[in-house]
Amino acid sequence: MTTPGPEQPDPERQSGGTGTATAAAPSGPLAGGVHEPTRADIGEKTLRKDRYWVTPAITVIVLVAWLTYGVVRVFMQDYYYVDEHHYLTPFYSPCTSTGCVEEAAHFGRFTPNHALIPFAVLSLPLLLVFRLTCYYYRKAYYRSFWLSPPACAVPDGHKRYTGETRFPLILQNLHRYTFYLAAAIVLINTWDMILAFGGDEGFGIGLGNLILIFNVVMLWLYTLSCHSCRHVTGGRLRHFSRHPLRYRWWTFVSKLNTRHMLYAWMSLGTLALVDFYIMGVAAGWFDDLRFL
Amino acid sequence: MGYDLNMKVWRGDESGGELTDYVVPVEEGEVVLDALHRLQATQAGDLAVRWNCKAGKCGSCSAEINGKPRLTCMTRLSVFEPGETVTVTPLRTFPVIRDLVTDVSYNYEKAKKVPPLSPEPRQADGTYRMQQEDVERGQEFRKCIECFLCQSVCHVIRDHEDNKEAFSGPRLFLRYAELEMHPLETKDHREAAKAEAGVGLCNITKCCTEVCPESIKITDNAIIPVKERVVDRSYDPLVWLGSKIFRRSADD
Repeated sequence: MTTPGPEQPDPERQSGGTGTATAAAPSGPLAGGVHEPTRADIGEKTLRKDRYWVTPAITVIVLVAWLTYGVVRVFMQDYYYVDEHHYLTPFYSPCTSTGCVEEAAHFGRFTPNHALIPFAVLSLPLLLVFRLTCYYYRKAYYRSFWLSPPACAVPDGHKRYTGETRFPLILQNLHRYTFYLAAAIVLINTWDMILAFGGDEGFGIGLGNLILIFNVVMLWLYTLSCHSCRHVTGGRLRHFSRHPLRYRWWTFVSKLNTRHMLYAWMSLGTLALVDFYIMGVAAGWFDDLRFL
Repeated sequence: MGYDLNMKVWRGDESGGELTDYVVPVEEGEVVLDALHRLQATQAGDLAVRWNCKAGKCGSCSAEINGKPRLTCMTRLSVFEPGETVTVTPLRTFPVIRDLVTDVSYNYEKAKKVPPLSPEPRQADGTYRMQQEDVERGQEFRKCIECFLCQSVCHVIRDHEDNKEAFSGPRLFLRYAELEMHPLETKDHREAAKAEAGVGLCNITKCCTEVCPESIKITDNAIIPVKERVVDRSYDPLVWLGSKIFRRSADD
């Protein structure tokens, strides 16, 4: 593509069609962006006619529904542990509050027991920030909640834009630290999953175990497919050839990374699923289906 | 089997313009550029449209079709519903020259700011040697045909003209990423990517990746790796400490 030279408008231009709009360059609130005076004078902000708003709308609905469920469950402070089968929901793991039942507190009870302090106060804020700073979720909420932009080639909803260069959004750059901590928390979730095989009557397997396994697998896939993980494992290198093991690890993470969005949603779904299942069994709404 | 295609084509220049209605006879299997050429040949001889290879490899025929930045030569008419009006406008991020032709010199001005490769000295036999796995990574970025669809769709400059000064755009981040990953490169371009190219302005909403006709994973493979490298240099105290204590560098 070459840089065009200056061209002069031809006053005698031939026109075989019918004009449909002759709007002057807008001024006032419409000015700026695609309505800059030097750009093609088109009245509409976007000429997209497809239903580009569907995806951001679904994103808002699902995330708000999930967050509502999560807040209700976190502050319910009940039905989080199935004593008979040692099922502990990840919403309460690690259960460090002095209000936790002793069997669920695998790492001790030392945080205050208060109605406004989650039982898993050490992990939940970190996991929230891990997902908030995640490169995929950033795309999702920038588009759907912040309308910046709501869809491609649709004007964003803000007059000024400074991206991630200023406080608070400059803190998105700390994503890698939340990744390290999130990986440690998934290790704890994995330990909870293993402990759940040993119920009051010894080793056993129920539907709850399978759901816990599925959830932990999804959490690992989401965490390991993280873009920061991809960078620290090998992405930062300039010479893969000098670090063959890290190159292989980076290759593996890169394959996972292509499905990061899928794992982000799947793990969100499995977290809610495993929590609901454990709540149902703990509350006595239904029994755990046992295989062994 | 031929049919009549309803089109709206933006006609005008910097002083003003309009979407003009046309009915263009087209054939099955044709692309939008075919329709524009027929329009030019039969009804609007002075229609300005930039094109060259008609094979999706020169990047010349970029325009916006039904509101989306696309190559007119790679957009089949069969993707539209029967009877649907196809609206073609120039790229709405750059100054218009005439009809579908825009002044894309912004991109070339930004390209001038990208530092050149500063390779290590040649080896004793006068050659450079690079390992295959080190070379492969940057090959994806070389597929760029400079159609500037990614630049046009990027809301940082599309919706905020004032950011053009500070922001180079996705196409140029490919260049910075390639330099940063090049096995022979000796210089550190992270500060330039942050300060000169403004990578911090990108909020990774991935529209550049969505519109790329070469399917380059611009966001995942170039912009985010560049952002992470900038974090290494500017925002991560542990990496900074490691670089001081262990003398680790980006040249690993």
